[in-house]
Amino acid sequence: MAEHDMGFEEKIAWAGVIVSIVHFAIYLSVLVTRAATTPMPETPYIDAMLWSIGAAIVVMIIVTIVVAVTTGRDGHEMDIRDKQIKARAEFTSRGLLIAAALAALIFAMLELDPFWIANVLYLGFFLSAMLETVTKIALYRGGVPAW
Amino acid sequence: MVKPTRVSNSIRPLRFAAGEMTQAELAERVGVTRQTIIAIEQGKYSPSLEVAFQIAHALGVRLDEVFSYPTTTSNGDSA
Repeated sequence: MAEHDMGFEEKIAWAGVIVSIVHFAIYLSVLVTRAATTPMPETPYIDAMLWSIGAAIVVMIIVTIVVAVTTGRDGHEMDIRDKQIKARAEFTSRGLLIAAALAALIFAMLELDPFWIANVLYLGFFLSAMLETVTKIALYRGGVPAW
Repeated sequence: MVKPTRVSNSIRPLRFAAGEMTQAELAERVGVTRQTIIAIEQGKYSPSLEVAFQIAHALGVRLDEVFSYPTTTSNGDSA
């Protein structure tokens, strides 16, 4: 088995995948629980959304600090390969973000409830972030192909 | 359409020949992470021309002694 040593950026990407899934799953479960007694568009979502975003940010900051402290001296700074992988991952995930923004635009034009507009955007942020981090991991593990 | 790199290298044996230089030492001299050196050695990452020259310089050899690229014959087959 070929050696594969995880650098700082790859470890953060793995952590990002886990934190994203957990925080979005918690948000969805709160939403679904509240929607059991209230029509969906009237379900309170703002506090749950803000808390899940805030908690995810705090957890990622803590995880980043822990990974930085426990990772050896090498692999801390982003080198050219890290920057190329980051750029490719952002390019790959951009389409999902644009799709979510377009959906939100259409929802607004159709004058749908703000609940749907906010949540389609939030879903887009989540899916885009997931695709970006999964792409990063795939490129770190499988290699960076030429264009 | 993306394609895997066709550039091959001899970094590993050249490292050992250069006083058993470690991947970390080579990475330090070139200014990249050790993981990038590993990826280059395994053919998972094609370095930029600048990094390739820096690797050759760090190993004390010419660029074409470190990296090679298959040449194509006149009928299009790789040599």
